[in-house]
Amino acid sequence: MKNLFDRRDQRPIHPFWVMVQKEISDQIRSWRYLILLGIVVLTCIGSLYTAMMSIRDAVATDETLKSFVFLKLFTVSDPEGTLPPFITFIGFLGPLLGIGLGFDAVNSERNRGTLSRIMAQPIHRDYVINAKFTALLIVISISIFALGFLVMGMGLLAIGIPPTPEEFLRILFFLILSIFYIAFWLNLAILFSVRFRQPATSALASIAVWLFFSVFYSMIVRVIAKAMYPAQATTAGEILSYQKFIQVLFRFSPSQLFSEATTTLLTPSVRTLGPLTMEQIYGAIPSPLPLGQSLILIWPHWTGLIAATMICFAISYVWFMRQEIRSR
Amino acid sequence: MANPIIQLEDLTKSYGELKAVDGLNLTVYQGEIFGLLGPNGAGKSTTILMMLGLTEPTSGTVRVCGIDSTRQPIAVKKKVGYLPDDIGFYEDLTGLENLLYTAFLNRISGQEAYDRAMSLLKRVGLGQAAEQKAGTYSRGMRQRLGLADVLIKNPEVIILDEPTLGIDPEGVRELLDLIQQLSCDEGITVLLSSHHLHQVQQICDRVGLFVKGRLLAEGDIDQLSQQLFKEEPYAIQARVSDMTDGLIDRLKQLDGVKQVACEKDMLDIRCARDLTADISRIVVESGVDLHHLTQKQYGLDEIYHRYFEGGA
Repeated sequence: MKNLFDRRDQRPIHPFWVMVQKEISDQIRSWRYLILLGIVVLTCIGSLYTAMMSIRDAVATDETLKSFVFLKLFTVSDPEGTLPPFITFIGFLGPLLGIGLGFDAVNSERNRGTLSRIMAQPIHRDYVINAKFTALLIVISISIFALGFLVMGMGLLAIGIPPTPEEFLRILFFLILSIFYIAFWLNLAILFSVRFRQPATSALASIAVWLFFSVFYSMIVRVIAKAMYPAQATTAGEILSYQKFIQVLFRFSPSQLFSEATTTLLTPSVRTLGPLTMEQIYGAIPSPLPLGQSLILIWPHWTGLIAATMICFAISYVWFMRQEIRSR
Repeated sequence: MANPIIQLEDLTKSYGELKAVDGLNLTVYQGEIFGLLGPNGAGKSTTILMMLGLTEPTSGTVRVCGIDSTRQPIAVKKKVGYLPDDIGFYEDLTGLENLLYTAFLNRISGQEAYDRAMSLLKRVGLGQAAEQKAGTYSRGMRQRLGLADVLIKNPEVIILDEPTLGIDPEGVRELLDLIQQLSCDEGITVLLSSHHLHQVQQICDRVGLFVKGRLLAEGDIDQLSQQLFKEEPYAIQARVSDMTDGLIDRLKQLDGVKQVACEKDMLDIRCARDLTADISRIVVESGVDLHHLTQKQYGLDEIYHRYFEGGA
């Protein structure tokens, strides 16, 4: 903390950035952050280990494709499936990181009685929530990039094959996408922290949403799918529209969006996310998609994730601005 | 004294049906210590929040230092220091760091912030505890740190919401002394809210009585008691050895006596003029021993009670 507050010889910086700095230093010094990061790092090492064990077989099996060996570090798991691959871990634990950092953002300040003191300073009211969001986003970005590059570095050491520029770019986009995905959960947690006075309530609410989407939502959609299955379907068109409808339902879940988008990014052989007819496949060359095409394929996913993030932030912003700042 | 610093005109704040503040008119002048006195839930905190622009009034205007608090809260907050009733600090930062943080938010540069924070900490008696974590501070220390926190922006006005709540008597005395000193030395206007009558009485130049969102009376203690006890400005207490009905009757017949009440051997006499001498003579003449005779000053206690008896 010394460095942060000992700026005797420095020029004053804008109050907003003072708040952001304080928030960042609070977070990275907290036990909570260390624990969360510890969990994520351990699982990443675990998945990297299994990837290295099984990468030899994986490369051998699909020699037909121009094999993106380096990307396999992130996507391959061992045949027995003891440990899931890196992307699954990020998809699963990323939300936990976001929720863990954000669930008490506003209500803890309120409960400690610091909010009314800060609000009595000559700063705009939205600085508080904006600074929190900015700081947490910076913390998450740094952690995710550090983690991603760490896995890349260790993989490089282990397998000895450097990534091609395209592979590198794909991983870069994957990391950015992960940050957006975690930012969504972060904002959901901030939203609940504005709404609920008790940090425990807001943590539970965020975790409930997370569990709903990661466990129950797909079950519900499957039940709906079963009930709606067109048994008397006569044309391919009917089945196709049914398939599309079910897929749309699935895509309301942010985790589904994220997993589709990451799979497309890191597995260039994925050519489409929807159903294909025989006519479309006929004559297609089974080659990987170039990066640009992969990005176009998942453009709606990006947009959806960012939109969900913005909506959460907008709601929490409005709620926060309308709330009365009473002491405790 | 003629320069108004805080001007409230027809200020009203409603929460649904409930009117927390109801048509409040109040002026506080430069350099004075004004006490906002009222029971819990009288609307004191709401009024203070409106002065800082933290809550919007339903109608009416608030001007602090000539600036409209509702429209330009930032400009007002630059000049006004506010100590909330239950102040919180970042517990894992030291007292000094908490102050520096506030200073940075007020755009005070590094060296200046540091010097000012240190001198303020010394001034409120926390020089030794500057490097301690705020989480280890006692309640009284937290309030004093709060005062330093309010002063670090060099305010023209400080608003203290229940500053003495939960502090021991010695701590209260020190805090009030400190507030009084500040007002004297630096000409800071102080507005403090409280429901503790005696503390307000000790240091405030003027007092406003605030009940159910309305200002019932304002002025210094003398003015208030004159307003309230116009009919019977003098209260005399006497303790006698033996209470007789004859004595009470004789006292009641005395010209100027408005009311005589007795409880055990204490006589409580309200009168329009200073009748101390006459009363003592009557008591002695009726053959009763007089143990004790005082002329009571109306304090805020009586004023307060009066208002609540009168059904506000």
